[in-house]
Amino acid sequence: MQELVTRAKELLKDGTVTRVLGWKNGDLSYNPEPAFFETEEALSDFVYNGFCGANLSKYMIEASKKEGKTLVFLKPCDSYSFNQLLKEHRVDREKAYIIGVGCKGKLDIEAIKKQGIKGIETIKGAEMTDACDTLEISTIYGDKTVSYDDVMLSRCYSCKGKEHVIFDEQMLESRDTATKGRFDEVEAIEKMSPEEKFEFFRKELSKCIRCNACRNVCPACSCRKCVFDSNKFDSAQKANVDTFQENMFHIIRAFHVAGRCTDCGECSRVCPQGIPLHLFNRKFIKDINEFYGDYVAGEDIDAEAPLTHFEFTDREPNEERG
Amino acid sequence: MFKIAKNNLPALFRKIKEQRELYLPIRAAEQVNYGVYTEDADVALETLKTVKSPKDAFFPQSETLYTCNKEENKWSITPEELQSQEFVVFGIKGCDVKGIEVLDRVFLSEPVDTFYKARRDHGILVALACNEPEDSCFCKAFGIDCTDPKADVATWFVEDYLYWNPLTDKGNALTEAVKELLEEADDSKVKEQQEATKKIVEKLPYMSISLDGWNGDVLTEKFESPLWEELYKPCLACGTCTFVCPTCQCYDIKDYNTGNGVQRYRCWDSCMYSDFTMMAHGNNRNSQMQRFRQRFMHKLVYFPANNDGMYSCVGCGRCVDKCPSALNIVKVIKAFSKEGGEK
Repeated sequence: MQELVTRAKELLKDGTVTRVLGWKNGDLSYNPEPAFFETEEALSDFVYNGFCGANLSKYMIEASKKEGKTLVFLKPCDSYSFNQLLKEHRVDREKAYIIGVGCKGKLDIEAIKKQGIKGIETIKGAEMTDACDTLEISTIYGDKTVSYDDVMLSRCYSCKGKEHVIFDEQMLESRDTATKGRFDEVEAIEKMSPEEKFEFFRKELSKCIRCNACRNVCPACSCRKCVFDSNKFDSAQKANVDTFQENMFHIIRAFHVAGRCTDCGECSRVCPQGIPLHLFNRKFIKDINEFYGDYVAGEDIDAEAPLTHFEFTDREPNEERG
Repeated sequence: MFKIAKNNLPALFRKIKEQRELYLPIRAAEQVNYGVYTEDADVALETLKTVKSPKDAFFPQSETLYTCNKEENKWSITPEELQSQEFVVFGIKGCDVKGIEVLDRVFLSEPVDTFYKARRDHGILVALACNEPEDSCFCKAFGIDCTDPKADVATWFVEDYLYWNPLTDKGNALTEAVKELLEEADDSKVKEQQEATKKIVEKLPYMSISLDGWNGDVLTEKFESPLWEELYKPCLACGTCTFVCPTCQCYDIKDYNTGNGVQRYRCWDSCMYSDFTMMAHGNNRNSQMQRFRQRFMHKLVYFPANNDGMYSCVGCGRCVDKCPSALNIVKVIKAFSKEGGEK
């Protein structure tokens, strides 16, 4: 991690960038937060470890409006989001200096707590210099160890890979974390009967508290004013008045980001009720792949996007679905 | 004091349910929230923190106030009926009991909120003491003793028993209704456990945070601090902190188009949202920094200024656990203490 700080200081000092966007130490061993650093001194709080799951791409929309360049640290999966935002003209490439940082899988504190670990004092084994195979956790009830691979964010188990799709330079090594196919979960749901599917999604979506965390964290949700917030139409919703609205919000959001969602998994990371929201987006990704050929949003800025590009050979809407 | 064996709790729940609706922590799709007790509910009473607080039992996230309906050119207006049946909320922790006290200050002072009052009048609170508070808990900072919750009935899990101590008339009435299931007990085991829990409280990182410098008299000083400009930056402007909070009480009133009329309802609002307190002239907080500042100023300055020094945070720590950007009220309090210390 120290090499990231050293490099950031160099870039600040020689005037290449005017600020740094990274993560700052929290007040517990597992709660770092996204942060802007304007000075070399401020970088003493910089941190990059297994708990830095937050995708910083979306903060670059605001950073692109500021004077000067922003140095941003992007993990491999975050770089897809940045590229997609670039394709949509929401961020300015000239305003970004991108260091692609390696990733050894990001941790889910709730998963750690689900292992029965309480009263956490310190967590060791989550630094980039660590092997990231075991976490040594000291608690007020004694010392515990957990396997790193048992407590990662769900997205890391179907990691897209170690490549950064956009960067100015790369630092730190990554680790393979994928243990299952990207569409395994979707396929399991596809096998359910319509009644089972409905029951599954109702059970999940009935927990929704309409906090909008999924929408606000989503790099693909970059509208200046969301239709669900607009008070000019009948569409504004602050609460789910009935089950139809509970479903509708998420389904409309999934439709709106279809073909643009890079599957960064932030929606599922932030949901306070643990709703596996990424499943909607992955279903769309899988269908788009099947209908129009393999496409990875954010991978290639020049590629034609399947849902905004038409060819005479495109599938017709009434064709039999697979 | 009374007690009942843990494995006999389903009988207790059934007995309560004979006469009163029962709300308690229920696990559904891997998360625990307060819900209505049914025979097949997965009761999760041992859960320290439900995702949402029990605030919904008295101030639901969304509730209809009245319905207007048009039929053959005739309009009818039907007001929503007020709560008239007794109900029990079982398993409330000390912090959440205090949270209801905060809500009382808002909804029971003039003008009294009739919907809320009807629910408070008919609701019986059965509190459950904590025996394993968590890293994110800081109730002690607000003078709350999580080992000794004050409600209509206080209960404690010790070994294989739930100890039961009625504290009010409502609590006595409920105890009377379920008496056949309870046995007399002395409080020595409970006291032992309370002492053990207090030792855990002493070790937790957030329990000792200091609220020095936060009161109703520091409005200008805190409001104008340059720190807010730094603190708000990672905030995503979602409403998670406000919706999991046991004391956030702001609401909006909206109309739902039913096709042949409107259902006027009120729902929780969030000071984090861009149209919060939007008025005809526009919005009086038009930056996220201002909205972010509002939430903490309300909890730690405005509310105590208007309520005899009572803070409107109870240290439950739900916002600490749930903020997508790992921001929270503790970090805010600490940032100000740090600044004060460095001056």
